[in-house]
Amino acid sequence: MNIMTWSSLNAGVATPEIFLLCATCAILLIDVFLSDAKRHISYVLTLAALVATGCLLVAGYSLQPQLAFNGMFIADPLASLSKLGMVVGVILMLVYGRGYAAVRGLFRGELFTLTLCALLGMMVMASAVNFVVLYVGLELLSLSLYALVALQRTSSRSTEAAMKYFILGALASGLLLYGMSMVYGATQSLDVFVIAQKIAHDEANRLLTVFGIVFIVTGLGFKLGAVPFHMWAPDVYDGAPTLVSQLIGSAPKVAAFAFIMRILAQALEGFAFDWRSMLMVLAVLSLVIGNVTAIAQVNIKRMFAYSTISHMGFLLLGIMAATPGGYAAAFFYAMTYMLTAAAGFGLIMLLSREGFEADQIADFRGLNKRSPWFAAMMLIVMFSMAGIPVFIGFFAKLAIIQALVGLGLVWLAVIAVLMSVIGAFYYLRVVKVMYFEDPTDTAPIAAGADAKLVLSVNCLLLLVLGMAPDRLLTALTTALQFSLHPGL
Amino acid sequence: MLENYFPILLFLIIGLLVGVAPMCLGWGVGKVLGTNKPDAEKLLPYECGFDAFEDARMQFDVRYYLVAILFILFDLEVAFLVPWALVLKDIGSFGFFSMMIFLAILVVGFIYEWMKGALEWE
Repeated sequence: MNIMTWSSLNAGVATPEIFLLCATCAILLIDVFLSDAKRHISYVLTLAALVATGCLLVAGYSLQPQLAFNGMFIADPLASLSKLGMVVGVILMLVYGRGYAAVRGLFRGELFTLTLCALLGMMVMASAVNFVVLYVGLELLSLSLYALVALQRTSSRSTEAAMKYFILGALASGLLLYGMSMVYGATQSLDVFVIAQKIAHDEANRLLTVFGIVFIVTGLGFKLGAVPFHMWAPDVYDGAPTLVSQLIGSAPKVAAFAFIMRILAQALEGFAFDWRSMLMVLAVLSLVIGNVTAIAQVNIKRMFAYSTISHMGFLLLGIMAATPGGYAAAFFYAMTYMLTAAAGFGLIMLLSREGFEADQIADFRGLNKRSPWFAAMMLIVMFSMAGIPVFIGFFAKLAIIQALVGLGLVWLAVIAVLMSVIGAFYYLRVVKVMYFEDPTDTAPIAAGADAKLVLSVNCLLLLVLGMAPDRLLTALTTALQFSLHPGL
Repeated sequence: MLENYFPILLFLIIGLLVGVAPMCLGWGVGKVLGTNKPDAEKLLPYECGFDAFEDARMQFDVRYYLVAILFILFDLEVAFLVPWALVLKDIGSFGFFSMMIFLAILVVGFIYEWMKGALEWE
C-alpha cells in the first residue's frame, strides 16, 4: 500500500472546486451574522465567488488532462468547459432571480449556499473519473436541489414538488448505484479508465455488465427527465419557485452531459452497441411525448418542462450516435440549451411581481404593446428553442441531425425533424400571443436594470452564436478530442 | 456469471420460507383448531388495562427529527475520530490535517446551526 502525501494528492488540479467550497463555507458563516436588510452582501459575495471560480477555470484551462486525488478526479477540457457553462448558468439564475426571490421572501442565505453547493456537486460530476465520486457529486447536486425546490416552505405546491422530486430522485439514485455495483462486479474496478481497459481486453463479464448498464441508463433517464422516466419533471418545474426551475432546467443539463460522457462514452465505450439502442428508445420517446404533450399546456413553466424533455431527447440522440461528431453536437446542444433555458425562465421571473407569477401563457398576451423589448427577447428565446435558422437552437439541432445522417440513421433524423416541426407550433403560439393579441394585464413591468442588461446580453448571445457557431463548436470538439481518450 | 448469484437466490428463498412458513403454519393451525368468539370487550383497544387515551397516530414535534439528525451528524464524527486517534502516530501530518479539514467543515455547520437557533428547544 502506498502512503498518501500532500504532493501525491495533486490537489492543485481541483483549485476551482476547493475555492468554491471555501467560499461557500465563508458565505454561510458571513450570512448567519447578517441582518435581513444587509442580505445583499451575501448576494454580492456569491456572485463574486462565482466569477472568481469562473476565472480560476479559465486560468487553469489546458488541453492536457491532469489527474488528482489518486486518479479519482480529472481536470480535462471536457470538465473545464462544462464547468464554465455551469458557472455561467448559475450566475444567470442569481441575477435574473434576485428581484423574484426578494418579493417572495426567498432572498435568504440558504438560497445562496444551497445554490453554490449544487454548483459544487455539478463540478464534481463533471470532473469525476471514479464511479463513487461521480455518485457523490450527483448526490450533492440532487440534495441541494431538493431543498431548493422546497425553499418556499409555506407553499404546498412547492413542498409537494420537492417531495415528488426527492422520492423519484432517491429511486433513480438507487437504480444508478445498483447498476454501478453490477459494473463493479463485472470489472472489479470503479475507475472509469480501468473499466474501459478491462472491457477493451474482454475481461468483463458481458451479461453482468449489460445488466448493470440497463440500471445505469434507467437512473440517468430519471435524472435527465427522459421519457418514460419524465413524470416528475412537469410537477417539479411547475411547483418550484421559478428561479429554482431555472436552476434545474439549465446548468444541471450540462453536468448531466458530462456525467453521461464519463459513464457511457468513457467507461462503457466497449458496450456502446448495447447502450446505444437503449438511448435510442429514450430519445425517440422523449421527442414524441415531450413535444406532443407540450402542445396541451397552458402553464408556460409546464410547457418548458415538456420542451426540456424533448430537448433532452435531442441531446440523447447526439450521444446515441457515439461518434466524435455526435458527442460534440450533444455537448454543443447542452451548452446552448442551458443559455436558452436560462433566458426563458429569466423572462418569466422578470415579468412576475409580488403575488403574480406570470406562469400562464395567457400572461404573455400583448406583451409587445406593454414592452416591445421584453417581447423581442422572448421572441429570440422561442425562435431559438423552436430551431429557426440564425438562432442558436437551429445549429444545435442541425449538428445532431448531421451526426445522425452521417451514420446512415436517416429515419431517426426524419423523426427528429418532424418532432421539431410539431414543437415549433407551441413555441410560435407564444409569439402569436405576444404580438397579435391585446394585453389583459396592464401593470408596469418592474425588472431591475442589471437583470435587463444581462438578459439582453444573454439573448444577443443566442443570436450571435447562431450566426457564428463555428468557434464554439470547434472549441467543444477539440475539448472532447483531448478528453475522451486521454492516454494517461 | 449470474450463476454465481444462485446461492444468494437460494438464501433469499430459504430466508423467506423460514420467516414466512411458521407464520402461515401458526395462522392455519389456529384457524383450524382454535375457537374464535369475539365480543365487544375483547375487541376494544386498551392501554395498560385502561381505555385508550388518544389516537396512536399522533403528531410528533418536528424538532425531535432535527435533534436526531444533528445527533447522527456529530455521532458519525466520533465514529471517524476514534479510529483516527488510534492510528494518529502512523498516519503522520497528512492524516492529521485531513481530519482537521473534515472537522473544520463540521465546525462551519455547527456554527450555522447554532446561529440559526436549531439547538434551542423553544
